[in-house]
Amino acid sequence: MEWLGLYNYWVVVVLMMVGFYIVIAQGNLVKKIVGLNIFQTSVFIFFISLAKLDGGTAPVYVEGITEYSNPLPHVLILTAIVVGVALTAMGLALVVRVHELYGSIEEDEIHEQDGKH
Amino acid sequence: MDLLIQHLPALQVVLPMLAAPIVMLMARAPRLAWAATTLTTWLTLGVSILLVQQVLLHGSISYHMGGWVPPVGIEYFVDPANIVVLLIISLMGAISMPFALRSVEQEVDKAKHGLFYAAFLLANCGLLGITITGDAFNIFVFFEISALASYALIAMGKDRRAVMSSYQYLVMGTVGTTFLLIGIGFMYIMTGTLNLIDLAQRLPEVNDTGTIRAAFAFLVVGISLKLALFPLHLWLPNAYTYAPSMITVFLSATATKVAIYVLLRIIFSVFGYEFSFSELNLGYVLMPLAMLGILIPSIVAIFQTNIKRMLAYSSVAQVGYMILGVSFASTLGLMASVVHLFNHAVTKAALFMALACIIYRVGGVSLDRMAGIAKQMPWTMAAFVLAGLSLIGIPLTVGFVTKWHLLLAALEGGLWPVAVFLLGTSLLATIYIWKVVEAAYLKEPAEGAQPVREAPMSLLLPTWALTVACLYFGIDTSLPVDLANRAAETLMGGYL
Amino acid sequence: MNQYVVLRVITKLMIPVILLYGLYIQFHGEYSPGGGFQAGIIFAAGFVIYSLIYGLDKAQEAISPEAAHILAALGVLLYIGIGIASFFLGGNFLEYKVLLPDDHAGETFGIIGIELGVGITVATVALTLFYSFAGRERD
Repeated sequence: MEWLGLYNYWVVVVLMMVGFYIVIAQGNLVKKIVGLNIFQTSVFIFFISLAKLDGGTAPVYVEGITEYSNPLPHVLILTAIVVGVALTAMGLALVVRVHELYGSIEEDEIHEQDGKH
Repeated sequence: MDLLIQHLPALQVVLPMLAAPIVMLMARAPRLAWAATTLTTWLTLGVSILLVQQVLLHGSISYHMGGWVPPVGIEYFVDPANIVVLLIISLMGAISMPFALRSVEQEVDKAKHGLFYAAFLLANCGLLGITITGDAFNIFVFFEISALASYALIAMGKDRRAVMSSYQYLVMGTVGTTFLLIGIGFMYIMTGTLNLIDLAQRLPEVNDTGTIRAAFAFLVVGISLKLALFPLHLWLPNAYTYAPSMITVFLSATATKVAIYVLLRIIFSVFGYEFSFSELNLGYVLMPLAMLGILIPSIVAIFQTNIKRMLAYSSVAQVGYMILGVSFASTLGLMASVVHLFNHAVTKAALFMALACIIYRVGGVSLDRMAGIAKQMPWTMAAFVLAGLSLIGIPLTVGFVTKWHLLLAALEGGLWPVAVFLLGTSLLATIYIWKVVEAAYLKEPAEGAQPVREAPMSLLLPTWALTVACLYFGIDTSLPVDLANRAAETLMGGYL
Repeated sequence: MNQYVVLRVITKLMIPVILLYGLYIQFHGEYSPGGGFQAGIIFAAGFVIYSLIYGLDKAQEAISPEAAHILAALGVLLYIGIGIASFFLGGNFLEYKVLLPDDHAGETFGIIGIELGVGITVATVALTLFYSFAGRERD
């Protein structure tokens, strides 16, 4: 059952593929953003799960504790999450504009209105 | 002065970053916002020139952010390889700003000018940051800063399709940078470091693991998305076509170039020549893609009727030339790629500026609207033709310098079919540039078309400055070739 | 949602706690988990809840969109200002320890200032995002 020991990788890979599939297969612009978010989040989970040390505690200095989880990935991912929030906001703002301009957020209907893409 | 010299690497990025919020506050005074942005870009160019001087005099510079010594702290690292790219970015920023005044006033809603210029500065800051930083995660963050700013800038285009193309760019760009993040994560677990120099030293120990190979694949694919390598280029033509003219000029000259620089850094400096080309045979992947990337977009470009779109496809083809140089895996090929970063930036920016002049007067650049335009806008079209010659690669232009070195590199590697291919594809560029020339010079204006005047001086001068640069550096090739030579040698040498 | 008494009263009770908690996270960030990003978002959440219950107009009376814009820019300027101040005091960019005569005091001072800048910017940007989405007219 050794392959179950690395279950965090399985979670990450499944989430990543789910997100990526949504980005590619969905025609709805909002759903694409959702997919993009899942895709990014899987990478965040990957980083965070790497930082965990068996028996390690939060990286705050406390008397008598010697093993800490690695704080660096947490900091990196905090930054990446902020970037992700900005991207989501940007994407949704664009979708709002698309809806105002085309009256639709379905990719095929939009391309139809523009003739060819 | 000593203080200034000492902090040059930080100032390079901090200046535009500092100016961006200040410019944002000038929303009520568009002209003031423009003036502040122009001043910043010129100061940034000054910093770049001083950096070039320092690197040529004293060698590479390492700047420790917050006084933390690398590999613990974040390091800004300037060496002969990235100094060329820094110079291209700040030069293009500085030249496109005087141009922006009239062009942006016409194309962008006045209330948004403050935000527009703030976003432009952030895009500039992000691109400079990607280039100068010596920290892998920092590259990701700056990629996103510049990308977010460019999505906003592209969406400000007049056509409603601008919004949709910005959205497509956002989706593809995010997938690209997320791949980059995965690659960085893999490298970090295996080595425990994010500093590029430190990575280069520690990677050889773990090179033969699947994790590092996966990291390499993710990094190459992610960056290829950002640099629009065929067939991952689908975001580029729409984004360039519908963005405001000035943004097309700036992005076409810088955005893909910076991504190419990052690719070079990763495959040559971090992983090393041996690993990338001898062990993983990256050349066998890049060369066919580069050749297809030259051939297919060039053919597609011939059939475009919107000239801006035609040149956007030509940009994809030019990326192909740069990657072709990389795929030779020789110093000469690499040097041709680096020199093409500069040459293509100058040439394509000049072409897009000439188009922007025409858009300013005529309102659009479809082939039929350009019929007979040369009589009415002789200077603009003359600039277009000269820059077009450079794009084709006629001798005495910068385009020829690149083609010549690419040919030499191909022959040096014994790849004579590639050399023939290079000559053949120049013909394709001739065809699409000729189509424009034919329409502008030989056709009569359409019935009922409004006669237009020559573009105003503030648009013509930057256009001609770049056109003259196309010719000058084509005749006196010493400066770009010398810088590119140093860059190529530095890259081939790794970080040691 | 102004008509529900329960919501109104609970919100009134909650908001001070949320804002206070935001400030707690803000100023404990330099030696325990927390910091500007998290604090800014929590702080903005207080305003978002307020505008959900009492309406966007009321919230914009408290912080107008223009004020949010200006504060966002000022937060960034505070951050970069501290970075540049350390140039002139003999350090590198963002080298806090030169800010005060005592190294340790300088580092604490620097990081609190930086986090404050981050906090202000994140809170006002989050609020701006909310305003610009919520303030759009339905068509």
